[in-house]
Order: sequence, then structure tokens, then C-alpha cells
Amino acid sequence: MAATIEAPDVEPRTLRAENAAVEVAGLAHRFGELEVIERLDLEAADGEVVGIVGPSGCGKSTLLELIAGLLEPSAGSIAVGGRAGAEERLARCVYMPQRDLLLPWLTALDNAAIAPRNRGASRADARAEAAPLFERFGLAGFEAARPEELSGGMRQRVAFLRTLLARKPVLLLDEPFASLDAISRAEMQEWLAAALAEQPATALLVTHDVEEALYLCDRVLVLGARPATSRATIVSPSPRATPRLEVVTSPEFTRARELALEALAGGSR
Amino acid sequence: MRRWLAPAAVIVALLVIWELAARWDLIADALQIKPFLIPAPSDVADSLWTDRSLLAEDAWVTAQEVLLGFALALALGFCFAVVLHLSDTLRRAFYPLLVASQTVPMIAIAPILIVWLGFGLGPKLAIIALVCFFPITVNTLDGLRSVDPELPRMMRTLDAGRGRILSRVEIPSALPYLLSGAKIAAAISVIGAVFGEWAGADQGLGHLILIAQGQLQTARVFAAVAVLSALALALFGALALIERRFAWWSPRRERDAAP
Repeated sequence: MAATIEAPDVEPRTLRAENAAVEVAGLAHRFGELEVIERLDLEAADGEVVGIVGPSGCGKSTLLELIAGLLEPSAGSIAVGGRAGAEERLARCVYMPQRDLLLPWLTALDNAAIAPRNRGASRADARAEAAPLFERFGLAGFEAARPEELSGGMRQRVAFLRTLLARKPVLLLDEPFASLDAISRAEMQEWLAAALAEQPATALLVTHDVEEALYLCDRVLVLGARPATSRATIVSPSPRATPRLEVVTSPEFTRARELALEALAGGSR
Repeated sequence: MRRWLAPAAVIVALLVIWELAARWDLIADALQIKPFLIPAPSDVADSLWTDRSLLAEDAWVTAQEVLLGFALALALGFCFAVVLHLSDTLRRAFYPLLVASQTVPMIAIAPILIVWLGFGLGPKLAIIALVCFFPITVNTLDGLRSVDPELPRMMRTLDAGRGRILSRVEIPSALPYLLSGAKIAAAISVIGAVFGEWAGADQGLGHLILIAQGQLQTARVFAAVAVLSALALALFGALALIERRFAWWSPRRERDAAP
């Protein structure tokens, strides 16, 4: 994989004109007896990238599913672009789960083109929409490959392409690079930074990697162990700047990371 | 090639043992019956050859019954499974009935179906379909219900409606299960055909077996049974080929086991 993966040239999203802010207030969620999230407040302005870090099993994935409209909260309110209904949230958000979930019976190209197909585009039109992005994603030549023939990094990029082709104003990314090795991770982070610079979107990025969050996000919200409540918000010193290696080794970045790790370790603000 | 070696060796060994035992009247003596009642494999082979036009004619009739009955069970079983999958209420209401349908002794209701549906193809199709319906429906339903729960959620956030989730995710996921059920159904479909023909028919391999039994032509009975088995095996093999070609993502597939 070359280090110079260009940012994808995605058409303006259909709902982009609308305000795509995410507002979560007093959110609580429980599965039966299990309290997963407790009194959580979260805001992401239109076009802002907000990171969410927290210990494993603290309800980060549940939070994204709640915002995406896949779940209804036990208490509190969630609004996306000012709309609170689950169907309205579903229409505005695309949720990228942790696993790539590529369908083994479809080619890489058809996997990427699922959203246009779901919206009623013909197979030819959907493929035509996805095909130009394959080059940009470093996937040229793999259009007809089956998912099982792709490497982990490539599968993740196909999943990402599929997410972008949903053309939603809000991206909810659940540990998008967790399954990759460190080198691929760094490359994918730079690539996502470039993609977000070119096509600004409101994005919530869940990760357990503080460095990844501080590099990619404008702000990072640190959650405590289950039930999830917010412990601290750390402002990233230079989000998505290049070159990545210089940014993540700078004193400001190191300081921000220390703050975040401190908050994670248990210190309340 | 090598994977055929072991089963072929077993079959040849059994045939040789049977041949020798029959030739030396070992089985007949042990069972204290007349030796001509125990045909040797060579006698069966002889019958397969000399009775070939008779066997082919009856095999064609039975093959039509089996194929049509199986196709009917496949179509009905698939639709029924999808309906039961889509509606919890219907699934709860019909599932016990589905299981109960399998406990009906076919050989007992076959004559009743002949009375109801007449002497022709109808009752045979009904019996074969009743026999095949259950494994197909139950397997397909299992397949539809065991879809990775994250897949429908992912599809929903990618703007998929219920129909798209069903056609793009659930049915493809269930296809290997459907084919597993269909293979079981294929293997037992000829049993249904024989029951149907025993209850009332003037042609078909089941009918031929009945007549040959009455005349104590045991070699011909075995020849007809061999043709019946070959029918079921051919249908099973065709389904296995379809599975390999169209359902290669089967979670139960043994990777690299087949060339």
C-alpha cells in the first residue's frame, strides 16, 4: 500500500445543505438491568469531528447506534440536524460498524455500491458511482475481487467507501481502524484526515486509541467506565495536520495525550 | 480423485462379500430360506441389463414425480420459511403444525390421498412434497434467523428497506442452509415416491417393486431399488454442485476440501 492515498472525490452529500449538528442531552440507556449509558451530554457542531474514547465495554458503540437511529434511548434526547425521530436520524447518519461486514457473495465494487442500490439505483448506475472512487482509495484493479481475497486494510477501505457512498451528512465511525496493524492504521488515519479536509462532514469517531482520536478529531470526549458518563473534553492542538508523524510527536500533542490518558485513568475534570 | 477411493473401496468390498455369501448360499442357509430369494450382485446386475427398458420406463415416471414433487416442496418450503421469518405471530402459530406435519406416517395417509386426489400424478406429488417440505422449510427458516445481527443494522443505515434487507442479506445468508435442507429432502424424496406408488399406481419404480415382490423376482426388486438410489443420488449430486457454484460462502463449507 502506497503512503500517498489520495482523498476521495465524493460528490456533495444530498443532505449537506442542511445543518448537520449532533446534539445529545441527558442521554441514558439500559439493556434490561444493565445500565450502559448514564446522563451523557455530547455536541458536535456542523462539520466538527468529535472523538469518543473510553475503556472497552463502556457503551461507545451503543452511543453511536443510538445516535444513528438504530436504537431508541431509555431517557434523554438525541437530535441530528435538529430532528429527533429515529427515522430522521437514520436518514441523516451513516453508521460504520467496527467489523467491515462486507457481504461475501458480492464483489468489492458491489459491496461499496450497496447504498446507491438500496436507494433504487440500477446496478450499472451504482457501479458507475462507486468505480471512480476505487482508484482514489488505492483499490484499483480489485473491483471484481471477493472480500475474502482482500487484505484487512483493503476490506476496511471498501467498507469506508461503502460508508461514504451512503452520502449522509453525519458519519458515525466505530473503531474504523481497530482491526489493522500499526502501519496500516497510521496510513488510514492520514488518508481519513485528507478525506475529511476535502469533504468536511460532521463525524463522531469512537476509538480506544487516544493518539488516533487526538490526531483525527477537533475535540475528544473521554468517557468513564460503564455506565458511560463524560469525564473530560480535550481540544486537539492541530487536528488532521500534516505530516502526521511531526504532529503526533509535538509537545502540544504529547501534553494533550497526557491529559486524555489522565482522564481515562480515572481523574474527573 | 483420492477422496473417491475410500468410499469406492468400501462399496466394492461389500459387493464382493455379498456376492460370495450369495453364491455359497451362506445367507440363505443362515436364514433358512430358499437360495433364489437372495440375489447376488451379479444377478441384480443381470436384471438391470435384461430389464433395462422396463426399468427405464418406470424410472422415467418416478423421476418425473420426484422432480415435480421436490420442486413443489422447494417453492412452498422457501415461501413458507420467508413468511414465518417475517412474522413472529405466524411463526409461533404455524411452527408446531410444521413439526406435526412431519410426524404424520406417510404410508398410512398415502391411500387416503389416493382416494382424495385420484390415481394419477396428484397424490404422488402431494406425498413427495409433504416428505420434502419439512427439511427445506426448517433449514431455510434457521438460515434466515441465524443471519449476523449486525448485517441488517448496517443495511438500515445504508438506506435499505425491509425488502432489500431480505433479498440482499437474509436470503443469500440462508441459501447454504436452504441447500442443506434440499439435499436431505432429495435423499428422502424417492421414499415418498415409493409410498405414493405403493398406495396406488400402474407405473413407476415403486409399482415395479410391488409387482416383482409379488412374483418373488428378488433380483428385479433390488435392481429397481438400485435405480431409485441412483435417482436420489443424482438429485443430491446436482444440489451439491449448485451449492458449490452458488453458495460457496457457506459458513459450514470446508475450505479447500474440494478441488
